[in-house]
Amino acid sequence: MSSELLIKNGRVIDPAGGIDKKCDVLIADGKIAEVGSINKTVQTVIDAEGKLVTPGLIDIHVHFREPGDEEEETIASGSMAAVAAGFTSVVCMPNTNPVIENETDIEYIHRKARQTRKTHVYTMGAITKGLQGVELAEMGFMAEAGAVGFTDDGRGVQDPAVMLRALKYAAMFDVFIAQHCQDDAIAGKGVMNSGYYSTILGLPGLDPLAEEAMLWRDIQLIKKTNVRYHAQHISTTGSVELIRQAKKDSLPVTCEVTPHHLLLTDECCAEYDTNYKVNPPLRSAKDVEALKQAIADGLIDALATDHAPHLQSEREIEFLTAPFGIASLECALALYIKALIEPGVLDWPGLIRMMTEKPAKIIGVDKGTLGKGKQADVTIIDPNAEYKIDVNTFHSKSRNCPYHGWTVKGKVEKTIVGGEIRFEA
Amino acid sequence: MKIILDSKQIEQVLRDLTNSIISDTPPDLDIAVIGIRSRGEVLAQRLSSRLSQELGKDVPCGTLDITLYRDDLNSPRGNSQPHVRTTEIGFNIDDKIIILVDDVLYTGRSTRAAMAALVDLGRSRAIKLAVLVDRVGREMPIHADYAGYKTDAAPGELVQVNLVESDGKDEVVIE
Amino acid sequence: MALIRKSKQFKWHRKHLLGLRELSAEEITYILDTAKGFEQISTRSVKKAPPLRGKVVVNLFFEDSTRTRISFSLAASRLSADIIEFTKTLSSVSKGETLLDTAKNLEAMGIDIVVVRHSAGGAPRFLSKNMNACVINAGDGFCEHPTQGLLDVYTIWKIRGTLEGLKIAIVGDIAHSRVARSDMWAMTKLGAEVTFVGPPTLMPAEVARLPVKVSYSLDEVIEKVDVINMLRIQFERLGGNPFPSIREYSHYFGLTVERMKKAKSDIMVMHPGPINRGLEMESEVADGRNSVILEQVTNGLAVRMAVLFLVNQAAAQSK
Repeated sequence: MSSELLIKNGRVIDPAGGIDKKCDVLIADGKIAEVGSINKTVQTVIDAEGKLVTPGLIDIHVHFREPGDEEEETIASGSMAAVAAGFTSVVCMPNTNPVIENETDIEYIHRKARQTRKTHVYTMGAITKGLQGVELAEMGFMAEAGAVGFTDDGRGVQDPAVMLRALKYAAMFDVFIAQHCQDDAIAGKGVMNSGYYSTILGLPGLDPLAEEAMLWRDIQLIKKTNVRYHAQHISTTGSVELIRQAKKDSLPVTCEVTPHHLLLTDECCAEYDTNYKVNPPLRSAKDVEALKQAIADGLIDALATDHAPHLQSEREIEFLTAPFGIASLECALALYIKALIEPGVLDWPGLIRMMTEKPAKIIGVDKGTLGKGKQADVTIIDPNAEYKIDVNTFHSKSRNCPYHGWTVKGKVEKTIVGGEIRFEA
Repeated sequence: MKIILDSKQIEQVLRDLTNSIISDTPPDLDIAVIGIRSRGEVLAQRLSSRLSQELGKDVPCGTLDITLYRDDLNSPRGNSQPHVRTTEIGFNIDDKIIILVDDVLYTGRSTRAAMAALVDLGRSRAIKLAVLVDRVGREMPIHADYAGYKTDAAPGELVQVNLVESDGKDEVVIE
Repeated sequence: MALIRKSKQFKWHRKHLLGLRELSAEEITYILDTAKGFEQISTRSVKKAPPLRGKVVVNLFFEDSTRTRISFSLAASRLSADIIEFTKTLSSVSKGETLLDTAKNLEAMGIDIVVVRHSAGGAPRFLSKNMNACVINAGDGFCEHPTQGLLDVYTIWKIRGTLEGLKIAIVGDIAHSRVARSDMWAMTKLGAEVTFVGPPTLMPAEVARLPVKVSYSLDEVIEKVDVINMLRIQFERLGGNPFPSIREYSHYFGLTVERMKKAKSDIMVMHPGPINRGLEMESEVADGRNSVILEQVTNGLAVRMAVLFLVNQAAAQSK
């Protein structure tokens, strides 16, 4: 691919490179050739006047349901949704059917992604076989096959001895361990946040303690084993405090937050609309504030969607029994703008940092920057374009998204992956 | 301390032993020399080289450790401790006349142990005992076929054989 | 091979051999030296000597063992002792008899030496305090297996002449291995540098306090060592599952022909046996020119004869 591409006059925001200014970006041979004031005649010129030019966005928590539940989403449809949303890299969770737990499974995901040729697809492997939380999965072989890390996401590893063993074993490889913090014994049959609303709605509650107890436990284990640990989708005030202390103690702990935990509360469940059923559940307004404050403090490392597609039919049932999950990959950026830019919690460089530099560092890939010589993954954003979210235009196969009809700002104009324009609005 | 044999006398004794052995042994039969550790081993080496020289043929030499065959292993014996060492006999003892060599023949128990050990190693044609010093005080019906020097040292006295190879000089003393 | 001149002052006074941790380097060397004197009993035609004639040796084995038990039996019989075999399944232990009662009952029948293997660390020590007989530890839980440690260093000593300055790697389930511990004590006391190799999940607690180095990478260690001792993965002893699968374990910690290419050409390959072929090592390595595994077995006899002889001597002394 020897065609050159010049993006002119945009506001180039590259937090990793320390850049936030109006200038140009030259792409050649799939790599970033130069960032600055460029006057070159090239084959393709993109006028980015009034737009933001950022490193390709990275979502480190998605569920693409392949293998096993391809009617909900496939790597192809998920990748398409990703590039449409400005994401040039995503990280798949291993709770597919069968579970991603050996090197052949890892290679399968990579191959499917290559065939799709949309976004870069990374994948994590399971910590335990079948996500049963009993026997360790073959982390060594999976790491060699390219798994960026391990998680039993969907579930947390219940037995502390197993978690300790997993951390000790993982210490041999350069990987990170991520946890969906949920102590099943405390969580019980909870389907929404345990609180006033679960009481008056007559639904079993999911106590914040279920998340905090496991997070606390894991932090103690990290003190002994010193393995890179990532707390997925934290949702409570208590979890924020645990992370704060862990970072103060210089432990290798990172964390992420989803858009719904910044925008919605458990009050939204009042109509028993399953579009609001998610795990960890929507929490109280106080928790939302605590998370936003934590973001402002720089305590939270990454923004991640936890894109969890489900079939319509699966969601048209009682709140009590419907599967958990919100599929918000395609409107993610607009949601973050609404939650963080508009109320002034973050400025643009801060937001972009949490979607590029920081997630890249967590998963240990050489991305998330517009440095010279790096692979040309670039997202061009129109920060002012207003539109209404219409789930029926989604490239994703699934529609379980509570933001349908929301008026939002911020649209992805173009997504460039490896120097190729793979999405144009 | 009384020196009963000096180095010259020891030389003479060894010469006499060599000659006795040669005159005693039919020339067509194989002989070999085996020394009982640890000073018997040194004497055996000297004897075998003399015999080899005189006979003009190689008389092999071996070393026998008799610790495992001692009859006092299971009784307490104060300060001394039996050390198990190696037996190094690089030849077959079957059908050979074995000249068993020790420094002092006293109670005869060491010789008995040596014979028990040799019997476990093979069936020699004959076993003959050659000693540097023969002292009174048998506790076993053992006799030396070739005795160098006879002494009647009293039971409480120690007859100590010192050899150049192990002790720096050749002499036999009574302490 | 240089024989250490035995000091006339040195006295072996131990009636029991419970472990190598409490032995001095001098004591260990004395045993090795003594073992040398026993070797030829196994090679000559009359494979017997009389030092333990009339003595009774009991093999008190509460855990399965074939090779150690047979080795001790043979060693005792070569020294003309009478041997009684006592294995758990054939015994009254299944009827609920305690360890102490079993031992006292045997003692009442007049026995001299007890060779005991038990799943509880410290059981031999317990017996030694409660019996008059000599006690030899043939393996207690994952505490020690002293005669294995001794025959391992003896094997190295015979071939290399000394352990001083040698680099030795012990690979496998260190956490549950009594062989690793006994080896560590003997080897470090004799001046070798020992490295434990295995996944972090199979390393013992506070391993940093032991006189060894630790590595989680066999590939890094293989180039540097003079001796490598591959431990058996004892599936019957593994608690939980410390590694995901056999194939992942042997991928990272198996001694393969490929890995041997990186090793020194004169590296000694050891294994306490029995070998899980294809798991700890490939067959070609187990049968290859660097392997001294069979010599270990032969040396085990000489070492055990020496130990039986010495404890018996100490007992005779103290009467």
